[in-house]
This record gives sequence, structure tokens and C-alpha cells, in this order.
Amino acid sequence: MRRTHPLISAAALLTMGFLYLPLLSVAVFSVNATRYGLVWRGFTLDWYIQLVHNEFILEAAWNTLVLAVASTLVATVFGTVLAIGLDRFPWSKRTNTFLDIVLHVPVVIPDIILAAALVVAFGLLRALSSVFEPGLFNMIIGHITFQIAFVALVVRSRLVSIGREIEEAARDLFASTPYILRRITLPLLLPGIVAGAMLAFTLSLDDFVISFFTAGPESVTLPLFIFAAVRRGVTPQIHALSTLVVLITVILIIGMERFTRK
Amino acid sequence: MNRLLVWYGELTTPRQLVHRGLYFLGAGMLWLMIFLVLPGLVLIVVSFATRGAYGQLEWSFTVENYKRLIGFTLFGWTSDYILIVWRSVWVAFVTTAISVFLSYPLSFFICARPERSRYLWLTLVIIPFWTNMVIRTYAWFLILAPELPFAKLASFFKLIPPDTPLYPNAFAVYLGMVSMFLPFVTLPLYASVERLDWTLVEAAQDLYASRVRVFTQAILPQTLPGLSVGVILTFVPAMGMFVVPDLLGGAKYMLVGNLIQQQFGASRDWPFGAAISMGLMILTMISLQLYRRRSKEIEFV
Repeated sequence: MRRTHPLISAAALLTMGFLYLPLLSVAVFSVNATRYGLVWRGFTLDWYIQLVHNEFILEAAWNTLVLAVASTLVATVFGTVLAIGLDRFPWSKRTNTFLDIVLHVPVVIPDIILAAALVVAFGLLRALSSVFEPGLFNMIIGHITFQIAFVALVVRSRLVSIGREIEEAARDLFASTPYILRRITLPLLLPGIVAGAMLAFTLSLDDFVISFFTAGPESVTLPLFIFAAVRRGVTPQIHALSTLVVLITVILIIGMERFTRK
Repeated sequence: MNRLLVWYGELTTPRQLVHRGLYFLGAGMLWLMIFLVLPGLVLIVVSFATRGAYGQLEWSFTVENYKRLIGFTLFGWTSDYILIVWRSVWVAFVTTAISVFLSYPLSFFICARPERSRYLWLTLVIIPFWTNMVIRTYAWFLILAPELPFAKLASFFKLIPPDTPLYPNAFAVYLGMVSMFLPFVTLPLYASVERLDWTLVEAAQDLYASRVRVFTQAILPQTLPGLSVGVILTFVPAMGMFVVPDLLGGAKYMLVGNLIQQQFGASRDWPFGAAISMGLMILTMISLQLYRRRSKEIEFV
């Protein structure tokens, strides 16, 4: 095993401290008994209990969940089918390059550009149908748009790594296309699909910018709620809520790690 | 097009294959066309439109929005917007540089952990990476609060008036930005450091290379692939970041992201917002182009 210079270790530990200091302080002040200011007045769980009775927060949590589940379901199905279409057919080099660029755009551009484009597009679509008023429906569309790309990229890399030999063997044994898809490709792909779906779910929970631009007054999610509350002034209740969100994130990440690292 | 071919065990025609392929691509690609490509094109068109008196769109096409972005107004030239764009690029650059500087020790440290605890350390870097950015940004409010030692120290040195928080200001923006993007550099860099060929480093040391030369000639070239991924993953989103400057920078330290948000929010000037977004898009494409050229060079090494 290689040893690191003590100075490097010290720098690394300080950097880790720098990463965790903000999160830890939120957690610490979420159990602090003072309502105003940041003086330590003893341990309490009151702020957590109050959360459950705050109907705005409950509604925001519900919206967040609906948004994440709905967009993840659609994006996983579309993204998976798209990945199979991209990888398993003899597209010309030109088509492939084009598809590749379209797929990478939501991944590489700053999300605020996608958000701006969606605002304008929804604004014009509103002339056609009132469905496109700012709100949960628009947010779901926005989330699906960037999730599809991530799911398709994850599933495609899995498709490449499982190869085509088994599918070819099945074909040689006179299996039909739907049969191959159902009994061979999809079961082999499953870990990739689940990983893609979990990534999409986490991205949706994590997103602020797309939601912020497409949300309406009735469709506040937790990140939007926290943002609005913070601009009015932070309260211990917000710390408690944030701590819970971080804990959920940690659980999701550990689940994702367990699943992908086998 | 009706010649036969064998495609992975199946006797078929190109037409049939393409037909089936489009069946698979259909739904997803249609979605991306309608909600990604089309809105992108609409954004370009709108950036040439005019804002009506009540914030509505008027379809008389001008380049007025772009002229305004580079500073030409009714009352002559101002540097306001150019300054904001330049500041965004600069903040993104400094954020990237500091993140790289901090990521090297961190990734070497993680690599030197025994196998079992290495994944734990890595997960510890991944957790902030996935934590909501609003939470990670506002958390600095607590650390920089007037009651805590950091703000007290700053006011002791007369950097800020007593009993005021250490935000909003440029310093707080940099703190927030670096803590936001650090994992974006560390994770890809770690992947490169993990595969490092230590025999080259030892060879350099055996040949009496100085510490600086060991780094620049034995370590840097080997970690360049991970480093360049980290740099592009940080620099591009950092340019468009708006949560951090909004919460920690205040009105005095605006970045392009805030400017765009303002046009779609309070000012309700979509054409100008679209033009700024296009400006940001151009900056993004320049950075990606530079990255692609560099990564081609890397392949030759």
C-alpha cells in the first residue's frame, strides 16, 4: 500500500471538512432549541415534529414525489427503448452523430438554457392548449426531457457491455424479435435499466433550476419551498426539512451503489 | 435497397431493419425533438423578437437584443452586461482552478486508503455531489452567520461591519461555488489517479526529478484524461449557475444565470433572456470545442 505525505493527508481531510461543514451545520441547527439566531440552547426534535403538521411542507413533499415518480417512469421506458434503437441497428455514421449530439445536449449544456427554452416553448404552446400553464404537468415534461438522455446513456453502455452474442445465438435458434426482446435483451438489461431509473429519480429530486422556471403557484416542490423560505430568512424548521432531504439522498445513493457495484 | 443481409443471425433487408429501428427510436426521439430541439430553435427565433409594452412577444425581428447584450443602449455604450458575462467566465475559471487544486490531494488520499475504506471515502465525496444545491448553498448562511467565529474574525480585521454576516459578497460566492463543484472534479480525477502507473513516478524520483517535475512530467500527463473531464464538468455548469450567486452574491455580484432568470422572472423580457441564453450557449460551445481539441491531443500522447 502506498503512503501519502502527511501534508497531502491534511489537505485532503481539510477539503472533506470543507465539503461537509455546511451539511453538518444544517443538521446541528435542526436540533437546536433556539428559534432565532444561532446560539446553542439544547437539543430538541420539535422542529421535526412541526414539519409533519405543516400542510405546505406536506404538499410540497407530495408534489416532489409525484414529479419524481411520474417523470422517472416515463423517462425510463422512453430512454430504454431509445437506447435499444440506438445501439442495435445499423444507422449510418451521419445519423449516429446526430442522435449522439441530441442525446448529449441535456447532459452538457447549463440547465438554465434548457429551462429558458422550455419556458419559451411552453409560453407559445399555451396559445394552443391551457394544459401548458406553468405547473406540475410542465415540470414533469421538463424533467422527462433531461432524464431520457441520462437513462438512454446508462442503458446504452449496458447494451454495449452485454454484447450481442446471446441475441445472435437466440436468432440462430429461430427466436422471433419480440421473444428475444422479452426473454433475452430485457432481462440482461435489467440492472442497467434500474440504475438508469435510480439516476433519473435522483436527478429529479435534485433538480432546482428546471422546476423553478416551469413551476406554477400550485406546484411547489421541496427544493422550491426551501429556496423561497431561505430568501425570507432561515428557520430551524427549514434546517430540519433540509436534513431529512439530505438523509433521503444518502439512502438513495447507498441503494444505487449497492445495485451497481456487484 | 432490397438486397438481403445477415444482421446478427437474422436474414433481413436494410429496409426492414431501418423500419424496425425507427420503431424503437420513435417515441424517445420524438420527445427529444418536441421538447428539446424544437424549444432550442424557438429560443433562437425569440432572441431576435421584440418585447411588447406588457412583456408579450412581438414578431418584428431585430438584432437589438444582441446589441443590448454587448452594451449598446439608447443612451450610448455601457459595460454592464459585458461585465456580468465576463465575471461569470472568471468565476467559473477560478472555481475550476480551486477545485482542481483541492482535488489532487483528495484523490491521492482516497487512493491510498485500504481497499475496504476506500469506497466509504468515495461515497463521502459522492453524497454532496447528489445533495440538493439549494440546501448546500443556503447552508453557508449558517457558517457565515454573524454569531459564528468566521464572521467575528472578519469583523475583527475590519473587513465587514460588526454583527453582520459574511454574505452576500464575492467571497461567499466563491465558497459556495467551490463547495458545489469540487466533487465534479474529484470524482473523474480519482478515476485517473486510481489507474496511475506508479513505476513512472518512481522512475522520475530515481532520476532525481524535483517534486515539481515529478508532478508535471510523471503525474499530470497520466491524470490528464480524468482532469479534463472534471474541468469541463465544472466550468460549463459553473458559467450558468444561478442559485449560488442569487443566495450568496446578492444584487452586487450578479452572474449570467441571474441575468437570464431576471428576464424570465421580474423583467419579463423573454427576447433579451433568450439572447443572453444564446450568449451562454456560445460560451458553452467554445469550451466544449476547446475540450474536444485537447482530448484529441491526449490520445496522441
